[in-house]
Amino acid sequence: MHITRPNCGLKGLAKHAACVLAALLFTSAQAQLKTADNPEASPNWQKVKASLFKGRSIAAAPAGMLDLEIPQRAADAAVVPVAMRTRLAAGDSRYVKRLTLVIDSNPSVVAAVFDFTPGNGNAEIETRVRIDEYTHVRAIAELSDGQLFMSTRHIKASGGCSAPAGKDPAEALVNLGKMRLRVDGDLRPGQPLLAQLMINHPNHSGMAMDQMSRQFTPAHFVRQVNVSYAGKPVMSAELDFSISENPNLRFRFVPRGPGELKVEALDSQEQRFESVLVLAPAAS
Amino acid sequence: MALRMLLAWMTASALAAPAVAAPLAMQQVAPGVFVHQGQQQAWMEAQADDVANLAFIVGDRCVAVVDTGGSPAIGQRLLAAVAQATPLPVCFVISTHAHPDHVLGLGAFAAASGGAAPQFVAHARFAAAAGARQHNWAHALQRDAGITLQPQALAAPSLAVTGAMEIDLGGRKLALRAWPTGHTDSDLTVLDQQTRSLFLGDLVFAGHMPVLDGKLKGWLAVLAELQRMDVALAIPGHGAPARDWPGLLADQQAYLETLQRDVRKALRERRSLAQTLQDAPVPGGGPWLLAEHFHRRNLTAAYAELEWED
Repeated sequence: MHITRPNCGLKGLAKHAACVLAALLFTSAQAQLKTADNPEASPNWQKVKASLFKGRSIAAAPAGMLDLEIPQRAADAAVVPVAMRTRLAAGDSRYVKRLTLVIDSNPSVVAAVFDFTPGNGNAEIETRVRIDEYTHVRAIAELSDGQLFMSTRHIKASGGCSAPAGKDPAEALVNLGKMRLRVDGDLRPGQPLLAQLMINHPNHSGMAMDQMSRQFTPAHFVRQVNVSYAGKPVMSAELDFSISENPNLRFRFVPRGPGELKVEALDSQEQRFESVLVLAPAAS
Repeated sequence: MALRMLLAWMTASALAAPAVAAPLAMQQVAPGVFVHQGQQQAWMEAQADDVANLAFIVGDRCVAVVDTGGSPAIGQRLLAAVAQATPLPVCFVISTHAHPDHVLGLGAFAAASGGAAPQFVAHARFAAAAGARQHNWAHALQRDAGITLQPQALAAPSLAVTGAMEIDLGGRKLALRAWPTGHTDSDLTVLDQQTRSLFLGDLVFAGHMPVLDGKLKGWLAVLAELQRMDVALAIPGHGAPARDWPGLLADQQAYLETLQRDVRKALRERRSLAQTLQDAPVPGGGPWLLAEHFHRRNLTAAYAELEWED
């Protein structure tokens, strides 16, 4: 955490008061630092843990089983790349059925919940999030036998949620709902294939207030994404406005043969968007 | 309770501050054109608030201020510098774009000229952009420097510019131009017609690495237009004023073009945003300061824009 001890070379009463205040802030920053040292103590996490996991025990993920990739300091708090990757030991008959992404200090703490289906390899998802304040970020994996595992990282970033969506809000509205769906590489039956879904959407958090007009831009975001291949569900996501503008999801699935990769997205105003990609095995 | 009282008392002392504000150091770069060069630092890094170039232009009737600085205190010091240079009132306070290092001193000018409020001039999209970000700026000021930003600290523009507009300081006209989205979505330039001095805001950076908070392609298009302008003295938003025009643009243009080329290449090679950020070397040894603060941010913005290119 970046804390500079206030410089208290005294000159005049006003400056002294500024110093006292700065020292108070410094103390509260130190208190924050303690919380950073002990992720379990985070009050928001305690609440989420109680409501989402009902007091079930959550083990620290063993090395290599659940990687949470996020930079230690965000380059841009409104667009922070994050990845959750799982790997179960060879011969383990379970699968990861759910990955939950929690951002302790965001206004909406549960950023996303991804549900996976068996037979699609190691569950893996990459997306981009807004980070509103220095915070812990957590990935929680639920296995098919009900066991829970967690990985935690700390990130320095601020202002992502209350930042206005987009560098050019006027243009964003024009393109709302456009989708791009693609896979990287050739379809080889039985081999995992990387897919990328892009949805053009401002994903308004409802947190950005125009102080001059005193108006909030109402929340308007993509809340649900369902992906299927050849008629069978692959992955579904419940999302929140912690996901960056123009939601971007990268995930893997295992095609068994030719088929249609189909995506259906629903936003918080019940608008529905669809995209389909027809896949055929590479000519050998 | 004690804290609340202390805060109330501090606010009172802050309001009393104008009387003692030390004037900012100004340099007269052309007749009647005064420029203060900010430090080459990131705003609020180690509490830095004096990081942008600020200026004022003196006409026969009154004064126009161009940008007001990164905290209320800097605004007060700029106001003191105006008073030191001329007895004339401030009639226009122009904001070149909605970024905190340029506009948080606005409040100091609300009653700058003996109680009569000047016109607050900005791009037509400024109010929305500044309004939506103001909460974050106040939070950063409080967290990083212990400064409380009053809710009314950002005066709403009373004169919104779309396209071109001319304002008159008495025997001296300034040509204002509101640009399409480039560095930000609220970029405004100011040309003093008498001396051909062009105030570029952050459409042009010198020394300080350019920061992309708008549209990369739009910014390059704006630069192409700017370089055709007849300019005797160019005043960037950060870094030293220069007579070499459009020479001053060259480094920035090269940087932004390289950024565009690198990101397009990463997209062609289907590299994810995370991979692109990870692999990118931060340019060192070139013309840019603060690359470690801004290069990855620029890559992120460019990537999020260009991935939607056809």
